[in-house]
Amino acid sequence: MNNIKKTSRNNMGTIGMIIAAFVIVQILKTAGMINSQMDGLLVPLCVYATMAVSLNLVVGILGELSLGHAGFMCVGAFASAFFSKVVEQSMGTFPRFLLAILVGGAVAGVFGFLIGIPVLRLKGDYLAIVTLAFGEIIKNLMNVLYVGRDAAGLHFSIKDAASLNLMEDGEMIINGPLGITGTPFDANFVVGFLILLISTVVVLNLTNSRTGRAIMAIRDNRIAAGSVGVPITKYKMAAFTLSAVIAGCAGALYSHNLSSLIATPARFGYNMSILFLVFVVLGGIGSTRGAIIASIILTLLPEVLRFMADYRMLIYSIILIVMMIINWNPKSRAWIQKHRPGNVIRSRREASEAGKEGR
Amino acid sequence: MALLEIKNLSIQFGGLRAVDDFNLTVEKGDLYGLIGPNGAGKTTVFNLLTGEYKPTEGVIKLEDKDITGMSTIDINRAGVARTFQNIRLFKDQSVLDNVKIGLHNQFRYSPVAAVLRLPSYFAVEKQMNEKALELLAVFDLDTEADTLASNLPYGKQRKLEIARAMATNPKLLLLDEPAAGMNPNETEELMEDIRFIREKFGMTILLIEHDMRLVSGICEKLTVLNFGRILTQGPTRDVLSNPEVIKAYLGDD
Ligand SMILES: Nc1ncnc2c1ncn2[C@@H]1O[C@H](COP(=O)(O)OP(=O)(O)OP(=O)(O)O)[C@@H](O)[C@H]1O
Ligand SMILES: [Mg+2]
Repeated sequence: MNNIKKTSRNNMGTIGMIIAAFVIVQILKTAGMINSQMDGLLVPLCVYATMAVSLNLVVGILGELSLGHAGFMCVGAFASAFFSKVVEQSMGTFPRFLLAILVGGAVAGVFGFLIGIPVLRLKGDYLAIVTLAFGEIIKNLMNVLYVGRDAAGLHFSIKDAASLNLMEDGEMIINGPLGITGTPFDANFVVGFLILLISTVVVLNLTNSRTGRAIMAIRDNRIAAGSVGVPITKYKMAAFTLSAVIAGCAGALYSHNLSSLIATPARFGYNMSILFLVFVVLGGIGSTRGAIIASIILTLLPEVLRFMADYRMLIYSIILIVMMIINWNPKSRAWIQKHRPGNVIRSRREASEAGKEGR
Repeated sequence: MALLEIKNLSIQFGGLRAVDDFNLTVEKGDLYGLIGPNGAGKTTVFNLLTGEYKPTEGVIKLEDKDITGMSTIDINRAGVARTFQNIRLFKDQSVLDNVKIGLHNQFRYSPVAAVLRLPSYFAVEKQMNEKALELLAVFDLDTEADTLASNLPYGKQRKLEIARAMATNPKLLLLDEPAAGMNPNETEELMEDIRFIREKFGMTILLIEHDMRLVSGICEKLTVLNFGRILTQGPTRDVLSNPEVIKAYLGDD
C-alpha cells in the first residue's frame, strides 16, 4: 500500500538524517575540525534532541500539553546518577551506564504513570497544570533531599545532612542543594547518539502502527475514537508513560555528563520545559524530525552567536520568529512539502510513469 | 429475541426532558428510521444508546444483554457502531487509516512487534489494509485511500464515517442524518449503499434522517419523536400517512 510506503519512507528519512549527522560529526572529529567548545555541546545536543522526541510524543502525537517535561528529565538524571554512585565500585563502566540509563528511564516512567492515572482520565487541559506543578515540585524536592550511605546502609532526610547521622566512614550521595557530585563521567557522543536513535525509532515505528493510529485518533477526535472502541485512557497512559521513560533516559545521559548535578531552575525549571515545548512547536507539532532539527538549531544558535555578545539574544529571537513563520505559513509549508528530497524524486517518477501510460 | 430493546428511556438536562419515556424494539435485519422535527431528541437517543449520555431512567438491551450505563468503548465492543450528525472524522489521517482505526479491535499485534517491525506487524497490517480497502470499495472510496480525510468532499466524508463504523464489525449500525448535505444524486447512491451493506453484511440499521425520500425509500419501520416523546411508531407507510405526523412536521416548519 502506497500509504505505508510513504510514511515509512518519511521515517527512514528521519532515521537517515540522524545517522548521517552522527557520521559527519565523527568524521569531523577525527579530522580534528571540531573545537573543544563544540565537542562539549555534542552530548547536550543529544539530550535536547531526545527531549524533543519525547515531548513531541505527548504534544504532537497524543495532543496533550505537558509543561513539566524537564521534571521527568530531572527524575531520570537524579535516579540514574544515584544508581551509578551506589554501584560505582562494584560494576564495570559499560554495564553500569547501561543499567543507569534504564534506571533513569524506569523511574521517570513510574512518575509519568502515577501522574497519568488521575489526570489522563479527565477531559480538558488538566495535564498541563499538573505537569507544570510536578516539574516545580521535583526540582524543589531535589534541593532538599539528602541521601547518605555508611556501613549500616542508606539514610534519607529532607531536613539536612546532619540528621542522616552517618558514621565515620559514611559518604553523602545526594547532598541537598549541592546535589550529586562525582557521578562517573560515562556519557559520550556515541551513547547519546544511540539513545536519540533508539528513541526516534521506537516513537516512529510505534506511531506508524495500530498503537500510533489509536493515539492519534484520540488526538484528532476523542469522541469518535471512543465510538469505534479505542480504549482512550489506556492509550493516553501508554503514550505519556513512554514519553516520560524517554525523558528519563535523556536525563541519565545528561547527569553522566556533569561533574556536579544540581537541580537548578536553569537546568530543570519551568523555562527548560518551555524550551522543549518551543522545539516541538517550531518543529511543526507532530513532526519528530522537525522537533529534532529545531532542538539542534536552538541549542547551537546561542553558541554560534556568542561572538555577537549583547546582540545574541536579539538575533536569537529574530531567528526564532523567522523559523516560526517559515514553518507555519501555509504557503511555505506547501513549498517545503513539495521540495523535500524524497518528494521531488517521487513526483518525478510519478510524472514519468504517467507519461508512459499516456503513450 | 429482539436485537435492540429500549424500555422507558428518559434523560433530563436541567429543566428539559430531552427524551421522555422512549420505547423501541428493533429486530435483527431491520432497516428502521427515527424521524422527527429539529430538537425532537433523536440525536440524544443515539447518544444514550452509545453511552455518550447516561440515562436518567430506562433500560437498553442488546440481544438481551443490558448495556445501560456502559462506556462508549464497551458498547461499541458489544456491537453498536454509529456515525455523527456533525461529521467526526480523524481529519489529519488518511481515508485508509480512518477505517483502520475502526478495525482496531478486529486485528491485533503487540506494540513490541510494531517497534521491532516483526513479521506479525507486516502480516497483520496487510490484512488490515485488505479489509479496510474492501470496506472502502463498498462506498467507492478505495481509490481515495491515501487522501487526507479532511480533503474529501462532504458527501464522501459521510460515507467514510459509515465505512469506519462498519469496520468495528457491529451488530447494529446507527446513522445520524447520513444524507445531510448531500445532493439528490449522492443521496441516491447512499440509499444504494445502505441497501447493499444490509444485504451483504446482514446489517441491522437504525437511522435518523430528515430527507423523506430516503426515509420512505429504504426504511421499513419508523418511530416519530416530537418534543422528546414518541408520537407514533409502526410500518413506514402507516406512519407517514398519519395526520399527527404531518401536523408535527408542518407545525414545526
Ligand atoms: N448535552 C446537552 N445538554 C443540554 N441540552 C441538550 C444536550 N444535548 C441535547 N440537548 C437538548 O436536547 C434537545 C434534543 O436535542 P437533539 O440533538 O437530540 O435533537 P435532534 O432531534 O437530533 O434535532 P436535529 O434534527 O436538529 O438534529 C434539544 O433541545 C437540545 O438542545
Ligand atoms: Mg440530531
